[in-house]
Amino acid sequence: MNRKTKMTEIIAEMIFTACAALAILTVLSICFYILLKGVPAIRQVGPKEIFLGTEWRPTAKAPRFGILYIILTSLAGTFLAAIIGVPIGILTAVYLAEMADPQRAGMVRDAVEILAGIPSVIYGLLGIRLLNPLVYRLERKLFAGSETHRFTGGANLLSAVLVLALMMLPTVIRISETAIRAVHPGIKAASLALGASRIQTIFHGLLPAAGPGLLSAVVLGTGRALGEAMAITLVSGGSVNAPFPFCSVRFLTTAVVSEMGYAQGLHRQMLFTIGLVLFGFILLVNGTAAAIQRKKLEK
Amino acid sequence: MECLTKNRTGVCHEGRHRKSSGRIFCRCQIWMLLLLALGMGGAAGCGRSGEAVEPTDAFREQISGSLQIVGSSSMEKLTRILAEGFMENYPEVTVTVQFTGSGAGIEALAAGSADIGNASRYLKEEEKVRGAVENIVGLDGIAICVDSSNRVNHLTKEQLQGIYGGRIRDWSELGGDQMPIVVIGREAGSGTRNAFEKLLGLEEQCVYGNELDSTGAVAARVASTPGAIGYISFDVAEHTSFRTLKTLTLDGTEPTVENICSGSYALYRPFVMATQGEISGQDRLVQIWFDYVYGEEGQRAAQMAGIVPAVREREYEP
Repeated sequence: MNRKTKMTEIIAEMIFTACAALAILTVLSICFYILLKGVPAIRQVGPKEIFLGTEWRPTAKAPRFGILYIILTSLAGTFLAAIIGVPIGILTAVYLAEMADPQRAGMVRDAVEILAGIPSVIYGLLGIRLLNPLVYRLERKLFAGSETHRFTGGANLLSAVLVLALMMLPTVIRISETAIRAVHPGIKAASLALGASRIQTIFHGLLPAAGPGLLSAVVLGTGRALGEAMAITLVSGGSVNAPFPFCSVRFLTTAVVSEMGYAQGLHRQMLFTIGLVLFGFILLVNGTAAAIQRKKLEK
Repeated sequence: MECLTKNRTGVCHEGRHRKSSGRIFCRCQIWMLLLLALGMGGAAGCGRSGEAVEPTDAFREQISGSLQIVGSSSMEKLTRILAEGFMENYPEVTVTVQFTGSGAGIEALAAGSADIGNASRYLKEEEKVRGAVENIVGLDGIAICVDSSNRVNHLTKEQLQGIYGGRIRDWSELGGDQMPIVVIGREAGSGTRNAFEKLLGLEEQCVYGNELDSTGAVAARVASTPGAIGYISFDVAEHTSFRTLKTLTLDGTEPTVENICSGSYALYRPFVMATQGEISGQDRLVQIWFDYVYGEEGQRAAQMAGIVPAVREREYEP
């Protein structure tokens, strides 16, 4: 190797390393920044009031900064969305990997791709126009004559959950399909050879074997739902309430989005604290996904 | 404007090929004219305008420098119109505007990083103590709106308090159809919400079914939800494209600019351009700015932004 090519090699390597370092640098600086901005309010208000308080009155004369309901809403909303979205997602993946002929599978796959590409604000707008009126009709039927229920006009946790379930589908479908396809063909062949039916093969052979892959599909789909803001800010109503299906609610993400514009002083710092909590949850979810992947590779 | 008159008589020739687009254009202009007329009436009712002597062109070109305006995002439309017009009149002057929120604007003023701090609310005591002077440049009306299928057209202030305080829960209690009231408002920190709650004496006591983060979102939600009620600024109420949105009268008074002027419509908030110390103590450029704002062109800008223009004397103190 002559000197010139050697130089090129070295320079190229440096550029590649710099690009890779950029990702790490970004993550570290975000961590640092959000800690720096989020911790002061915890110190000032006290973790007990923030994490166990249920009253969110940031602009009152005696402000209250309890975000328990906001945290619970994010957890409950994501969990319920997963309960709806994951079965649909995995069954679609099974269809794609095992049942459909290539032409139909291609069609479904294209549709899923498009679903993944639709901007979240569009989901939100459709939610306002189509979903909210339907949910409101249900709400009025269920709570007719109620003396205490605060009517939300259909903008409530239930609407948000339905939108989130739809939005996590593409992630779940894509990763599950890959996981099912990665199962050793011997397992399927053995199961069928032993006389098991196609359905038995899928539920007792394929899916258990694809387990870790499906789990990471669930985790990543959950992460997608947890971090979503735009769509649900439009359909969830935006008041801070306990996460019941027909209550207007605020998620961790929408809490930051909706009040950032005018917040000042401690109120603004509190929004960073909410961001910190959200960031913590996201790290937890992604860490779990990474751990699952690593375990799979070790096998 | 020409197009408007032609259109009225039925021959808007320009629009023959592109009929629909031509029509929209004309309708826009009708609106503008209507608004202008409305505003003119308001200006006449509100006080004596344009007492300043028109500066000459030579004078205008002499003035140079830069003006920093920071503050309320609700005042964005007004401030932009004013800034653009001002820079056209005084070509050597740069006006930079930032919309960071009322509180941040007054803070920037106190810190000296802004010449003028915009606030879409009355100044707080502690802000005045630190030297900020409240120069009211306009009044922004707050309209109460419901969806158009609602049979209720009038509310009293007490009824409004009942609705937002959570005591009145169904439209049938107000003479409308049996239909639950969906109470819609803005998020904590919003200037509109702050003004609305203060005017009703319900600060931090409102019980909302929805808290949305922009006036447009409130309009959209109210227009699409049967039984919903919300509050939005006049400008949005007048220019909204939602056909299913209607405004209510309050204590028998229509939400119009004139009625704010005469004092009969109670829901409004001030637009303040605060200075550090009285205007007379500011440097020349700032004084010229306020001459412009309180002058004829400033009044026109206020009408374009859909607010009630104020005059120099502060006669709108609560």
